[in-house]
Amino acid sequence: MTGTLLSIRGLTKAYPGVVANDDVSFEIGEGEVHALLGENGAGKSTLVKMIYGLVKPDQGEMVLNGTVYTPSEPQEARARGVAMVFQHFSLFDALNVAENVALGMAEPPKTRELAERIRTVSEQYGLPLDPWRLVGDLSAGERQRVEIVRCLLQDPKLLIMDEPTSVLTPQEVEILFATLRKLKSEGTSILYISHKLEEIRALCDEATILRLGRKVATCTPREVTAAQMAELMVGAELHRPEREPSVPGAVRLALNGLSVASPGQFGTSLKNITLEVRAGEVLGLAGVAGNGQDELLAALSGEIRAKPAMVVLDGVEIGAKGPAERRRAGLLTGPEERLGHAAAPDMSLTENALLTGAEREGLMANGFLKWGKAREFAAKIIERFDVRTPGTETAARALSGGNLQKFVIGREVLQRPEVLVVNQPTWGVDAAAAATIRQALLDLAAGGAAVVVISQDLDELMEVSDNFGALNEGRLSQIRPAKGLSMEEIGLMMGGAHGMEVAHV
Amino acid sequence: MDLSAINPVLLFASLMVAATPVLIAAIGELVVERAGVLNLGVEGMMITGAICGFAAAVTTGSPLVGFIAAAAGGAGLSLLFALLTQVALANQVASGLALTLFGLGLSALFGQNYVGLKPPPTARLDIPVLSDLPVVGRIVFGHDPVVYFGLLLLVAVWAFLKFTRAGLVLRAVGENHTAAHALGYKVVRIRVLAILFGGACAGLGGAYISLVRVPQWTEGMTGGAGWIALALVVFASWKPWRVLLGAWLFGGVTVLQLNLQAAGLEIRAEYLSMSPYLVTILVLVIMSGHRSGSPGSLGRTFHASQ
Repeated sequence: MTGTLLSIRGLTKAYPGVVANDDVSFEIGEGEVHALLGENGAGKSTLVKMIYGLVKPDQGEMVLNGTVYTPSEPQEARARGVAMVFQHFSLFDALNVAENVALGMAEPPKTRELAERIRTVSEQYGLPLDPWRLVGDLSAGERQRVEIVRCLLQDPKLLIMDEPTSVLTPQEVEILFATLRKLKSEGTSILYISHKLEEIRALCDEATILRLGRKVATCTPREVTAAQMAELMVGAELHRPEREPSVPGAVRLALNGLSVASPGQFGTSLKNITLEVRAGEVLGLAGVAGNGQDELLAALSGEIRAKPAMVVLDGVEIGAKGPAERRRAGLLTGPEERLGHAAAPDMSLTENALLTGAEREGLMANGFLKWGKAREFAAKIIERFDVRTPGTETAARALSGGNLQKFVIGREVLQRPEVLVVNQPTWGVDAAAAATIRQALLDLAAGGAAVVVISQDLDELMEVSDNFGALNEGRLSQIRPAKGLSMEEIGLMMGGAHGMEVAHV
Repeated sequence: MDLSAINPVLLFASLMVAATPVLIAAIGELVVERAGVLNLGVEGMMITGAICGFAAAVTTGSPLVGFIAAAAGGAGLSLLFALLTQVALANQVASGLALTLFGLGLSALFGQNYVGLKPPPTARLDIPVLSDLPVVGRIVFGHDPVVYFGLLLLVAVWAFLKFTRAGLVLRAVGENHTAAHALGYKVVRIRVLAILFGGACAGLGGAYISLVRVPQWTEGMTGGAGWIALALVVFASWKPWRVLLGAWLFGGVTVLQLNLQAAGLEIRAEYLSMSPYLVTILVLVIMSGHRSGSPGSLGRTFHASQ
């Protein structure tokens, strides 16, 4: 490390009603991997958007390589050597790899020449790519490569990576880290945004921790524990979900060779999925996004019908039944997409509580709604799950992601399900709310229900699951006890590195 | 019935003419939709172009001025759509439908004084030797310049979308406007320009009907050509060459059914009149199959929430 590449001094950005960044200062050295750590809503995204020229700061200044740096648009940031890999990829499905790369460059060379350079650079960094393939046909790991290669072609001095590992298997993460270490050894600085603490400890030299828009601490990740960083990030001691060890009871939900075609054009069909969940058991199902999670949830909720014997609830064949009948029988589900699938965005919380709870909670009679009881039910969810909202008549859309998630999970949990299936129950939820949700799932299992948690967050699965399986291209791996599984074993269950090559560093 | 009265050479020659208004309007709409905007106001912009072009040509005596005025008129009306949908973030479907109704009313108002007039004739391109060739000369080389302009425009748009940087950016904006914005492209500006181009094209197509094809002014004279242009773009899977195919098909059946009516075919004229619409849509539906290939952000409102 020779000098300072970028120093950020007193950056402040306020939006109506909220200060996203308040007087944030830190420095990134040349060839340093600097972590930016914080919960959802801590202001990480706004901060990097200012560095990348997408947002103008209200106050404060930045100095890059000794000169004042005030990018007014991304082109300018790129010209000064700042490149960014986005969390939700900024890629175009209908265009090929070379066209996607060209769009991220100020003056791209001729397509043929560019394709050649993509091949060279991608192989040099151990991220082989075919420039002529359509991006829509690539896996999540390969799409990320396109973004990275797009940045590398411009010889960046500073590479910003926003939550790069959220869509990768552990093996793919290893390949990415090897690439990043090679970049670092060549003198490129990296600003690495994440809330995965072990990753930061493995990769980063320095860390800046943000909470509610303010810088609360800096630390050297190698020298502190993950728990210490977590406390700095949350600002309080984290409550870890607890559970009593229990003896599994009778089989409540069984899938027998469940095979269904995906309704979507780009979906994944389920292939011969067989599993059993017992009373008191939490089954965790991992998998990289798009490997059949949505389809599995839909097949369990009744949105996709199967043959009767493929789904068995408490000994009754329900594979061909629809969602209403399954709810009546006690099989409840919570889908991944909060707005638009789990909840109707423009309807109030009371109405949303009615939508799934009407029958089980007795909120209607002879086809007429009992508004009073519905309101009570909504209020009960809000109270029990600490949903922060002005009241029961607020539109679902107006709630923050974490609060709405608590509401939709709470709505199902309070209906006393026999079997509950949830997909990504804590996606985009802050640590405290996530702990509440996980505890509720564990309590439900302790009460004799069977719980299936589908998630892409491996830490979460290891925390709540008794048994663990993984979905890969619509197939289910062997199901194994969660205790004692190593990260490597989990990665292999998820499909390994999907044929990706390790960087030759 | 006497089918020998139908001259295949004349049939093909008039096919090119009948296809031109729909072709030009559809090319414009193709560009608009590839930029991710669904403008259902093509019919309204065509009829506005038809009256603007007609009035300007009658007043100045020059068809060229007429066509330029038509393009300006269509673009002017589309600017209203651009303001509504790109600046005020109004719903595109509703705004497009309103634009059609508005255009029909506006053109009827302006056109009151032009009913029954004759526009100055648009000269045919007469290329020595080539135009005198038997069959081919009559079909390919005996038309007015606008027919060739339409074909050139098609080639230009195809090449623009496929080979140029600006075309790539336009497709990118239509495919994923959030990503394009994140990369620093001006989504709204690009879309407004595309909408203006689409409006100008629709205006030209409309003027071709009032100045060459009919040639006179009557209220509502575009007769649904704008809707066919819209349908062509969708069923051509947003590919320029398929738009040409669809336009020729539409033009061909239109001319053929007129000939058949003249030849006294014993099918009711109403059925024959609807045949171009039916055949064109049917063929394109079969051709487009299940692969839609529609631009990813088509019809979605973009707001740069930073």
